[in-house]
Amino acid sequence: MKFAVIQFPGSSCDLDLYHAVKDVLGEEAEYVHHHETDLSAYDAILLPGGASYGDAVRAGALARTTPVMDAVIRAAEAGKPVLGVGNGFQVLTEAGLLPGAFLKNRDQKFICRTVKVQVVNNRTMFTSEYTEGEELDIPVAHGEGNFYCDEETYGQLKENNQIVFVYADGNPNGSVGDIAGLVSEKGNVLGMMPHPERAAESILGSEDGLNVFKSIVKEWRESHANQA
Amino acid sequence: MPTKLEPTAEQIRDEKIYAQMGMTTEEFEMAVKLLGRLPNYTETGLFSSMWSEHCSYKSSKPVLRKFPTEGPQVLMGPGEGAGIVDIGDNQAVVFKMESHNSPSAIEPYEGAATGVGGVLRDVFSMGAQPIAAVNSLRFGELDNDRDRYLFEEAVAGIAGYGNTIGIPTVAGEIQFDPSYAGKPLVNAMAIGLLNHEDIQRGLAAGVGNTVMYVGAKTGRDGIHGATSSSEEISDDPGKERAPVQAGDPFTEKLLMDACLELVKSDALIGIQDMGAAGLTSSSAEMASKAGFGIEMNLDLVPQRDEDMTAYEMMLSESQERMLIVVQKGREQEVIDLFAKYDLEAVSIGHVTEDKMLRLLHKGEVVAEVSADALAEDAPVYNKPSSEPAYFRQFQEMEQQEPEVDDYAETLVSLLKQPTIASKEWVYSQFDHQARTNTVVAPGSDAAVVRVRGTEKGLAITADCNSRYIYLDPETGGKIAVAEAARNIVCSGGKPLAITDCLNFGSPDNPEIFWQLEKSADGISAACLALDAPVISGNVSLYNERGGKPVYPTPTIGMVGLVENLEHATTQEAKAAGDFVYLIGETKTEFGGSELQKMLNGGKISGKAPAIDLEVEASRQESVLSAIRQGIVQSAHDVAEGGVAVALAEKVFGTGLGADVQIEGSAVTALFSETQSRFIVTVKPEDAGRFEELVADAVKIGEVTQAERLVIRDADGSPLIDQDVPALESAWKGAIPCLVNSEG
Amino acid sequence: MKKANVYVTLRESVIDPQGTAAINVLHAKGHDNVKDVRIGKYIELTIEDTGQDLDTAVREMCEKLFVNTNVEDYRYEVLEVEEA
Repeated sequence: MKFAVIQFPGSSCDLDLYHAVKDVLGEEAEYVHHHETDLSAYDAILLPGGASYGDAVRAGALARTTPVMDAVIRAAEAGKPVLGVGNGFQVLTEAGLLPGAFLKNRDQKFICRTVKVQVVNNRTMFTSEYTEGEELDIPVAHGEGNFYCDEETYGQLKENNQIVFVYADGNPNGSVGDIAGLVSEKGNVLGMMPHPERAAESILGSEDGLNVFKSIVKEWRESHANQA
Repeated sequence: MPTKLEPTAEQIRDEKIYAQMGMTTEEFEMAVKLLGRLPNYTETGLFSSMWSEHCSYKSSKPVLRKFPTEGPQVLMGPGEGAGIVDIGDNQAVVFKMESHNSPSAIEPYEGAATGVGGVLRDVFSMGAQPIAAVNSLRFGELDNDRDRYLFEEAVAGIAGYGNTIGIPTVAGEIQFDPSYAGKPLVNAMAIGLLNHEDIQRGLAAGVGNTVMYVGAKTGRDGIHGATSSSEEISDDPGKERAPVQAGDPFTEKLLMDACLELVKSDALIGIQDMGAAGLTSSSAEMASKAGFGIEMNLDLVPQRDEDMTAYEMMLSESQERMLIVVQKGREQEVIDLFAKYDLEAVSIGHVTEDKMLRLLHKGEVVAEVSADALAEDAPVYNKPSSEPAYFRQFQEMEQQEPEVDDYAETLVSLLKQPTIASKEWVYSQFDHQARTNTVVAPGSDAAVVRVRGTEKGLAITADCNSRYIYLDPETGGKIAVAEAARNIVCSGGKPLAITDCLNFGSPDNPEIFWQLEKSADGISAACLALDAPVISGNVSLYNERGGKPVYPTPTIGMVGLVENLEHATTQEAKAAGDFVYLIGETKTEFGGSELQKMLNGGKISGKAPAIDLEVEASRQESVLSAIRQGIVQSAHDVAEGGVAVALAEKVFGTGLGADVQIEGSAVTALFSETQSRFIVTVKPEDAGRFEELVADAVKIGEVTQAERLVIRDADGSPLIDQDVPALESAWKGAIPCLVNSEG
Repeated sequence: MKKANVYVTLRESVIDPQGTAAINVLHAKGHDNVKDVRIGKYIELTIEDTGQDLDTAVREMCEKLFVNTNVEDYRYEVLEVEEA
């Protein structure tokens, strides 16, 4: 399976996603520059964290305007798995691939620590390797991770089972409904604020995030085995 | 717009305009002699900035010469952007610490942010990928709005820059003391990694090669920063100096990635950061180091502000800029490389044979000065030094044990002292996990960062207890290095080398100069004893406000090598039933201690704790060898607040407790700050081997399942018997509580 | 030349964490009469006047870039400026 790791100007967690997929899981991965317009060679698209464009205007707002995002949108429409982590999640909401928007953290400060994340929905292509209700230790690192959507949207997210992860032991940033991660209506686009790539090796304190990537690979293998 | 009228060379001399730029009459006369004529306005600016303390170390050079700078591990010592140490496998670690005190006192957010940006550039200009950042901070007590503001904003500035550029801030230390009220110290350290063949130097070599300017445009910000950082902070707000530079971490991220690609190209001859004194220092130093000259056409310098003069362009300290020298004819390759990162690379001059720094502007030669005269010929002062009266007086005082009624209450109060209290409020604002290599995160004795593709790690710490240094600079200097090394050892590393940031008051005061000299003697002795030479550093003098200097604060940044990450060790106890050992004898030593300061309204007196460097070295060696044999579960050095505080810190966050018994006078045993001590925990089955390896280890008790900290006297009656979660919440809550208070 | 001044604020329905933090500080400093603080962004655009419909252009710039209409409102004014 071949992953694209998108590089926006200023992205920094591109390295970390690449490392998790390529070195830890042993899957194929390539960096893809933001000027690229064709993602057809890739089976899954990863949008990294960091501070694309230095978070100018709003986190993710400028990255959303890069040429590669049109290709990301096409890949999403084609049903390929698209995962945005941290800033990548913000880019996905800015691009309209996921609902809602992000505000500054409730406490106005950047926050970096490991939080408890609960798996609310394990019937997605990103979470099938988890059990429902499972609690994970995954770090967050963001200044604008306060997810906002209006009540109506929140109701729809719940009704459609689009909320995949919630903060389980205290809400670190003020997000509506303790939302830590959500999928698109079709289920193939996941945005999450906690960084699963930072919880992919026991030497770094937790392997709880690894199953996000393992689920993508497993689902892809299964669906492609059926096709073959 | 009319051209600004600059004073003539005669006016500069007659009206002593050079004095406004920080030059003395003697220095001006020296410059005239070197030049063979009167310098014009731009040239006077070049001399004054290059001969400032910040660029020339004219007052501190005799002191810096004391430092041991060599060792088999040292690939490059002081003199370049950062020092380099070998770590085997063709890899090397690059590091440097730098102060950004005076800008941080005026505009703490941008001052601290640009401090981080500057030291990162020092590291990547050597060809190294920055892998971690560290900081060492000093503030006044958090009992007033101004110091709280300085603290909060400096922390936010460090976070804002480091988090955005994506380099993890993995360690740090903070001390609070009235001596820093209104004059904070912000020292930033960066650590990078490179392969030996990628080592770069700031050299402008090869006649005809092209001098290129890369990065952000030049504006009027920070003009004469190098000079003003060598002056005392004014209490008159109207007299504040040139505007502080603002940082742009996004541009720096692009610049960093581009430069790290550039160093792989053989088109590159030399590269240097435009740091203090910007274009002046980078060009003069690169030419002087290489034995060549540089001619630059300032019309070609990318400019952000309109109608900038040669003087302004040369002295601007706009951030995120580098000067590079590339092979003639290969400019386009470099331009294309930077364009990939949305950055401009512009040819602005070339290398010459005549060793002159020659500047052209609007068709005229506006400056023509020997590069060596600027970079090498600054005067060196042997400043008078005199032992302060207080020192003799303190040395004559006997060590006294403070009176304490309630041990438990005293422990709680100590845990709430901001210098001891949990710094989580600070480090949770720093992204400490970016690049996914942080094996030991902030909060333990030293951070440990993995070296990918190897079994190795780097242990990183910053330390300096300035109270000991004030009481006794030589002993305090030794302690600063020894404590840093102890932290490295506790984390499973062997000290490799240090960088230092010498933050002092005015060297024109003989008593302060004496502090500087003596602390350098102490640092040197400890570096030799612990085999950790000085590979880079920075001097920040004139840290005074209203004539009151800060405590002498020579911050030590140390990097150690963890040979195998399996040796990486943290301070927290691991399992109930493990034995608790105290290593090192405890004496009554309260001079400069946290307890003394707390009980005396912030005042300290007496002798600093003694230190025997031979004992220190052999004890560190034995602890490290036990760690390397895998028989140490946790290790922590005994520092501020003594054994009681160290024990509490060992059980915080673990869900465990400890029950121990101590000998001798209770106040001393609990709170004395005797040096060279460790507390470690060991599995019962390893106790025999451990005791053989570490001769002066004494078993004092066990880790317990019950979350209580019980410390008993020799008879077994509890001196302290406290609920750990309650202690922990006092320790954790102290800084947030002070930050949110009013008044 | 024309200048468009754009004011971006959080929508009334969205809690403004910066504003909340600021009002608490103001009250602590004795400015009890301050009832609400809304913190926003101010953007200045200097635009060459080519006779095109600036309203449409500015609105497009706002909605595509400067403003996240999920959470933010905006208003703007277009002014004539003297040539420098």
